[in-house]
Amino acid sequence: MMVDNILEVSNLKKYFKTKQGILHAVDGVSFTLERGKTLGIVGESGCGKSTIGRTVLRLIEPTSGEIRFNGTDINKLNKHQMRSMRPQMQIIFQDPYSSLNPRRTVSQTIREPITLNRMISDRAKLDERVAQLMDMVGLAERFVNSYPHELDGGRRQRIGIARALSVNPEFIVCDEPVSALDVSIQAQILNLLKQLQRKMGLSYIFITHDMSVVNYFSDDIAVMYMGKMVEKAPVEELFSNPVHPYTKALLSAVPIPEYREEKHKRIILRGEVTSPVNLPDECRFAKRCSQACDQCIKKEPPLTEIRPGHFVCCCNI
Amino acid sequence: MDSKDIALEVKNLVVEYVTADGTVHAVNDINLTVKRQSCMGLVGETGAGKTSTALAIMNLIPSPPGIIRRGRIVLNGYETLSMKDTEMDAVRGKEVAMIFQDPMTALNPVLTIGEQIAESILMHEKISKTEALERAKQMLEMVGINGNRANNYPYQLSGGMKQRVVIAIALCCNPNLLIADEPTTALDVTIQAQVLELIDNLRESYKTSMLLITHDLGIVAEMCDEVSVMYAGRIVECGTVKEVFTDTKHPYTEGLFNSLPNINDRNAQLTPITGLVPDPTDLPPGCAFAPRCRYACAECGKRVPKDKWISATHMVACTAYEKPEFLIERNKK
Repeated sequence: MMVDNILEVSNLKKYFKTKQGILHAVDGVSFTLERGKTLGIVGESGCGKSTIGRTVLRLIEPTSGEIRFNGTDINKLNKHQMRSMRPQMQIIFQDPYSSLNPRRTVSQTIREPITLNRMISDRAKLDERVAQLMDMVGLAERFVNSYPHELDGGRRQRIGIARALSVNPEFIVCDEPVSALDVSIQAQILNLLKQLQRKMGLSYIFITHDMSVVNYFSDDIAVMYMGKMVEKAPVEELFSNPVHPYTKALLSAVPIPEYREEKHKRIILRGEVTSPVNLPDECRFAKRCSQACDQCIKKEPPLTEIRPGHFVCCCNI
Repeated sequence: MDSKDIALEVKNLVVEYVTADGTVHAVNDINLTVKRQSCMGLVGETGAGKTSTALAIMNLIPSPPGIIRRGRIVLNGYETLSMKDTEMDAVRGKEVAMIFQDPMTALNPVLTIGEQIAESILMHEKISKTEALERAKQMLEMVGINGNRANNYPYQLSGGMKQRVVIAIALCCNPNLLIADEPTTALDVTIQAQVLELIDNLRESYKTSMLLITHDLGIVAEMCDEVSVMYAGRIVECGTVKEVFTDTKHPYTEGLFNSLPNINDRNAQLTPITGLVPDPTDLPPGCAFAPRCRYACAECGKRVPKDKWISATHMVACTAYEKPEFLIERNKK
């Protein structure tokens, strides 16, 4: 049977020109997202995960590469065609404080995409739709005329979700949607996103730096390092059998909230992530890698499929 | 317990902020003891009063609007709350030092990092500036930064390195007690692992006691000996890490554990705590957690729960435990 992919990305590149040289924010990344599934993209600050999220929506223009959404290469669409495509693809931002206009009420924020796309014009029907959306994301009706500053982070994030859902999207990029929230609220939002996915058949790209959140939420996980995808696998496989030294270090660095008699041995990486400017042809992780050998600094390793669905980009496999 | 074995004792501390919109009850009558050379974790969500507690210990509550209504703080034998500012200057940095959450704003952007470390040393020791700068370089080496970067300004360092500098400043006068307020929240996880390991190693070699403020129960499990769980300005449960993690008593602590995705079992359901943290200007009467608590009964809304000691170290403040048969779900399995 053919896999029904909502999104197919191949060799996506996004370079930024900086004073220091060319910054390879996303450097030749390929992946697919199956309809109704979640692809988690993890990595540390500056690894390019948010840039991927924004380029696949063409919120920023890719330098090169192909982005096929429902079979259409959206890079080839003109402004007008792209605009009619937009309702199908939405984004939820990290910071519920800065992603909402402080001068708009909850209702104004949620209805904006609907009126912009001329989906509903009748006033009463529009109010009804806003009420329905608020109910869907668990926002009490009494907040309909509240301003963002009157609400806490969790509720603001619910507004962001309702705004994304207002145009009946099929695909949503969730860019760190819970990292600004307290744990008890974080769980509420994660449960909500999961429940909406089941109910509406949504496909997600879930961008996060939190390994336990991505584990709970995703079907497949892609690990990014300095603009490259270094490992990609189904979630169980990645967590039970990580292969890339960076993935291993990332997993072992997560503090686990369980009592242990013996302290667990963490892999401590040397050094820090440098910015991906003017890169030589070598493995980008080699400088911090405990298993680096001569091979690693000769040539950048390709992404290789070591088991069905499990891709790794490392010389030592 | 002998007072020699106690690095910090907080007794009946009440901190309020008087604002035009009402009085914010940030810390409501808490008791806290940090044993010498041990690490106490203080966990809770935004607005629980963790940072206010830390600032009160440092005698740094901004006033106005802040006011310490009541309480005693005994720091290595010193009663800090009754001290004059000049006396407190001698204690701060020497007896107790603090690592702040955000290393980007904790450092002075117009001074080199070497000067900033030396400044702290010069406050407490009668040595020349050249000697202090030399010591600053040694401190940098100790936290894993090359000494010749002492002439760098904060903007020339990454986030992880800035936090190392903040740690160097905190430890340069070898304080008895180190207060770390979310020291790794602004950092990436692999850098967090580096910084936590650094703090752990330095604490061991300097024999420093620590109060570690965090919202991350994972960090508590890895770093702390004891833990206090704070909610709406009160400590609702405290005990050794083993007691609180394996024999959880308070419904709020249970709620925190149930809200966390389990990295080892991805199919486990997340059970969030319903509702929101109460408004600190308008706390509910009785137990502040009662409106969100799945076990709450009428009694819980009427009076503030008493501290119930389960062992010499394990305390829970929950009215439900007045019934001897009461068990939370987590303990039924």
